[in-house]
Amino acid sequence: MAGIDLDVEQAEIFGFLGPNGAGKTTTLRMLSTLLPPSAGEATVAGCDVRRQPQRVREHIGYVGQAGGTDHSVTGRDELVFQGRLYHLSSRRSRQRAAELLAAFDLEGVADRTIGTYSGGQRRRLDIALGLVHRPDVLFLDEPTTGLDPQSRARMWDEVKSLRDAGTTIFLTTHYLEEADALCDRLAIIDRGRIVAQGTPDELKRAIAGDVITLGVQGNPALALNVLATQPFIRDHDPLAPDGDSVRVYVDHGETSMPTIFRVLERSGVVLKTVSMSRPSLDDVFLRQTGRSLREEAA
Amino acid sequence: MTLLVDTWTVFRRYFAKSLSSVPYMGVSLAQPVLYLVLFAPLLKSVSSVPGFPGGGAYNVFVPGLLVQLGLFSATSGGWALIAEVKAGVIERLRVTPASRVALLLGRTLRDVAMLIVQAGLIVIAAVPFGLSIRLPGVLLAFVLMALIALLMASISYAAALLLRDENTFGAIVFSATLPVLLLSGVLLPMTLAPAWLQDVSAFNPLLYAVEAQRALFANQIGDVNVVKGFVAIGGLAAITVVAASRSFGRAVA
Repeated sequence: MAGIDLDVEQAEIFGFLGPNGAGKTTTLRMLSTLLPPSAGEATVAGCDVRRQPQRVREHIGYVGQAGGTDHSVTGRDELVFQGRLYHLSSRRSRQRAAELLAAFDLEGVADRTIGTYSGGQRRRLDIALGLVHRPDVLFLDEPTTGLDPQSRARMWDEVKSLRDAGTTIFLTTHYLEEADALCDRLAIIDRGRIVAQGTPDELKRAIAGDVITLGVQGNPALALNVLATQPFIRDHDPLAPDGDSVRVYVDHGETSMPTIFRVLERSGVVLKTVSMSRPSLDDVFLRQTGRSLREEAA
Repeated sequence: MTLLVDTWTVFRRYFAKSLSSVPYMGVSLAQPVLYLVLFAPLLKSVSSVPGFPGGGAYNVFVPGLLVQLGLFSATSGGWALIAEVKAGVIERLRVTPASRVALLLGRTLRDVAMLIVQAGLIVIAAVPFGLSIRLPGVLLAFVLMALIALLMASISYAAALLLRDENTFGAIVFSATLPVLLLSGVLLPMTLAPAWLQDVSAFNPLLYAVEAQRALFANQIGDVNVVKGFVAIGGLAAITVVAASRSFGRAVA
């Protein structure tokens, strides 16, 4: 980690968006006491991660990427065992297991071994395991990776209702749609550094009104030079080394486009394609890092 | 207090898991009996060779077999642990407030319990063949057996956490157990070995375990070999349990 600084409010869904290897999981592991922090301070649910790891553990739930269930055990047994590890009485553990199985619609498969569960069922059980002791903060590492669209939508609903019940959720994702649709606030992380932070709307608004992408024949550098001097162009991306497209940021795409065409034609630039889009979180990522998250994920 | 409660919780889970696996139980119970049936008759014909300890072939062989069982069965714990590290199970357990030592000790005690069951079965099965057992020697032999299991399981878990890879772990286990086994006098007593081999085997803690077990099965409780065996195995077990627990507390998946 290259040094990050962030605050997460109570009862909000905070997302960590970034490509694989950006340091999302490492940060999550440090905050959940699995890894000693390399430097710095962190307070989770009012407890110091470095000095009071035991108290932090009592207040947090953590659901790792791999889930962490034993496939030869039944879902109910895993939940009861988890309750016992959190020092609930045997009776209370069984009660809590039954509550969670009902809440996550797992009653039908409760006494089957986890190996027989579908991907969505297994992921719901993983989350139920993280909630046995009613934690204040729940860490979710890539909660929907590998799920089909239907299970993913359902998982989003589960996470939102947890937040509405007062739980703080800290999740990581490399899905743009997930960050956009699910998170109240998010931090974009790249190579161990936070490059932007805010609500999805704030982040998108901060870069520009509209993004115009031009496919240029022959000399994209010339096109960029010509456009960069125009007062209505708010910003532009650096040219990709062997690319032929130019991306510029303007306040009003509809009114800027005719001017762009005119200026470029006068300088002898031939356009192949043109497209305009509202900025997405990917544009935010691209703006900050010079790389596209979609390409990274592909 | 937490340590005891958590150890009991972890022990119960893993013990129940072992009991519920029919193939696992079948193999782990059939294996020692197979050894008894297939190998002991061979030993019977060598027992008349000069240098072979007295007391009858079964009283020489069964104590050694118990030590071998401890050596082999405990190593399988490491495999299971590597699989659990990879599946994120260990990570999940380490985020709970449960005692770190208990997380390891609970599963180690499961291994000990399983081994005691297997050992009991062998001893009972060997009596009709001609094994003579006398209390309290046999009871002490089982205590020593539990210490051997504790030692072997801790080594197995520590190695598994260090290596994190089934293939490397397997290669090391296979290449390490064979010389340890031969030099412990389990299969053939070291009294038959040339002097240089006996000198090498003096560095093998399991040799003392085997000799102690043989003395105990002869009900010679005051024998110096019994003291040596308990000191060697008990001391090493204490060190390895602490070392394995520490590496478990630090383990990062």
